[in-house]
Amino acid sequence: MNAAIELRGVEKSFGNIAIIRDINLSVAQGERHALIGPNGAGKSTTFNLISGYMAPTSGSVLLHGEVISGLPPYQINRRGLSRSFQVTNVFANMSVWENLRCAVLWSSGQRYAFWKNIDNLPEVRDRTAQILADINLTARRDVPAGLLTYAEQRALEIGITVAGRADVILLDEPTAGMSHAETERAVALIRRLTEGRTLLIVEHDMSVVFGLADRISVLVYGQIIASGTPEEIRGNPRVREAYLGEEAA
Amino acid sequence: MSEIASTAAPPLPATTEKLRFYGTWVIAAIALLLLPQIFGSGSSLTTFSLIGISIIFSLSYNILLGQTGMLSFGHAVYYGLGGFLAVHAINIIGANKLPLPLPIIPLIGGLSGLTFAALLGWVSTQRSGTAFAMISLGVAELIASSALILRSFFGGEAGVSANRTKLLKLFGWNFGPQIQIYYLVAAWTLIAVIAMYALTRTPLGRMCNAVRDNPERVQFVGYNPHIVRYLAFCFSGFFAGIAGSLAAINFEIANSAYLGAEQSGTVLFATYIGGIGFFIGPIVGAIFVTLLSLGLSDLTQVWQLYFGLIFIAVVLFAPGGITGLLMMHRPLLKAGTLPKVLPSYLVALVPTLAMIAGLILAIETIVHYTVNPGDDPHIKAFGVNFDAASPYIWATSVILLIGGFLVARRTWTWVGHAWDSASSAARETGIAA
Repeated sequence: MNAAIELRGVEKSFGNIAIIRDINLSVAQGERHALIGPNGAGKSTTFNLISGYMAPTSGSVLLHGEVISGLPPYQINRRGLSRSFQVTNVFANMSVWENLRCAVLWSSGQRYAFWKNIDNLPEVRDRTAQILADINLTARRDVPAGLLTYAEQRALEIGITVAGRADVILLDEPTAGMSHAETERAVALIRRLTEGRTLLIVEHDMSVVFGLADRISVLVYGQIIASGTPEEIRGNPRVREAYLGEEAA
Repeated sequence: MSEIASTAAPPLPATTEKLRFYGTWVIAAIALLLLPQIFGSGSSLTTFSLIGISIIFSLSYNILLGQTGMLSFGHAVYYGLGGFLAVHAINIIGANKLPLPLPIIPLIGGLSGLTFAALLGWVSTQRSGTAFAMISLGVAELIASSALILRSFFGGEAGVSANRTKLLKLFGWNFGPQIQIYYLVAAWTLIAVIAMYALTRTPLGRMCNAVRDNPERVQFVGYNPHIVRYLAFCFSGFFAGIAGSLAAINFEIANSAYLGAEQSGTVLFATYIGGIGFFIGPIVGAIFVTLLSLGLSDLTQVWQLYFGLIFIAVVLFAPGGITGLLMMHRPLLKAGTLPKVLPSYLVALVPTLAMIAGLILAIETIVHYTVNPGDDPHIKAFGVNFDAASPYIWATSVILLIGGFLVARRTWTWVGHAWDSASSAARETGIAA
């Protein structure tokens, strides 16, 4: 069976500066995979390369065995890959309900329809209500997204990401800036919403990473230095030296 | 699934709400039907027709600006081309005695606007923001200068005229009298307003809002923002074409002014002054600006200057436009705390009006000395006679302007405090409720 996501010799340079140097990564179907590494290692750039926000300088990205590198983000999304953003990236002037509904529309086949009443689409309505209830924002349904609290915006960010029924989900530091209690709730939410899907997550909080991930890859200076189960990563001397050791020191 | 929908989703409109919704349109239709019974004079019918045309044009502009977040400096291109095509269509139909009545001409104008928007919009809608604004300006200049060069189609300076009465009669109407034109414009206005309202409530309409708010994120929920902007642009061109063809029918002429920068500027003014954040905003703006331009031009020769000042004032102090200003008061009205602010408004009104009066006096005096210094200094502005040469008038103007400003500034602070206490009181009742 093909891997859900596969990166083959992916490189990305800006001018002469190589940010990503030869990444090879494979995330199996249904796996929860965490990407960790020190600041500036290229984790967000890797996400940008996978999701089509940027095209790699060389190498290729495959989704379910098909090359997607070079495609625009909306086409990658239509093939079943959805991502969240490290900095909250929602539709600020629109209500929570409208935010989620916009994220549902394409996957329910509405395309650019200008002949259908949006309130008259039961499937869209049910799906949006489901996501709204899942992220526990029912009470904030009609509030403009820009007026939500930080934690609520992060929950909405995750809601928008999973609303389109993509089977591969990329989450970029979903718990960044959250309190301990908020982080726990967010992890439970992520666990629930990505049930049966493939998850690739960038995260700094090691308790989240080791609690959530089936496998972990460590990215340092644009290269993957190790991939394996949490136990293997914990015991890997190179990782300890390059990354975990740094933190301990 | 549906169980969750019933608790988490917004309630579906009840029958009474639906009735009220359709009732609004029916009442609007009846009002439009009865309006000539109250104001039947030729000039008021012309005014109403101009307002109707302006409403369609402004709403079409707001599909771009308010709904999709695209600032166009050249929207008159599609208005003007709709007008020219309509005039040519009337002439061709009239000359060949084709069995087509006048009321379908706006459809031809709309389709012309749509066609040109579809042709010219693909490149400019690649991006929004500055790139789009600049390209729209460039295209507008291109078409406006072509209008003076391609004389066979655009008729040069004189434009192209048409006789609207030569077409197939409909129910014995030849569309000569203004009352018949009024009904034609009213019917098309109602149709266009309903259509544009319906458009906001479709999947495309909502994705337009999403593109306005965050075009980057739109790409990550499966939509191509370029296509969304392009479709919005095409719809906008279609309705602008309808408005332009109605103008051409009303004046029986189309000329290069239809396509020009001034026309593009006026629609931006009207839409923005009315308020781009609400569907009804451009309607309010179209009515206000049309009445103002007709009214002010009788009262003073520098009416465009006042127009500009009003626009600057709206941009600075009421970015939500007239509608935004009114809608701000809705929560206060609901909570019943509106009486807390009204007295402060009345108090602030007096020095503010004094300041404006001083400003007008100063402007009119300066205009007299710069535009026609040799004329009799006894001038009339806004229906008031005064002597522009009198030092007393100059002194009055300075006292009103500066004194009014100093007093008004204090009262504005007071309005601000009254507003804060009223809105926080409204919020508390909202939480309690």
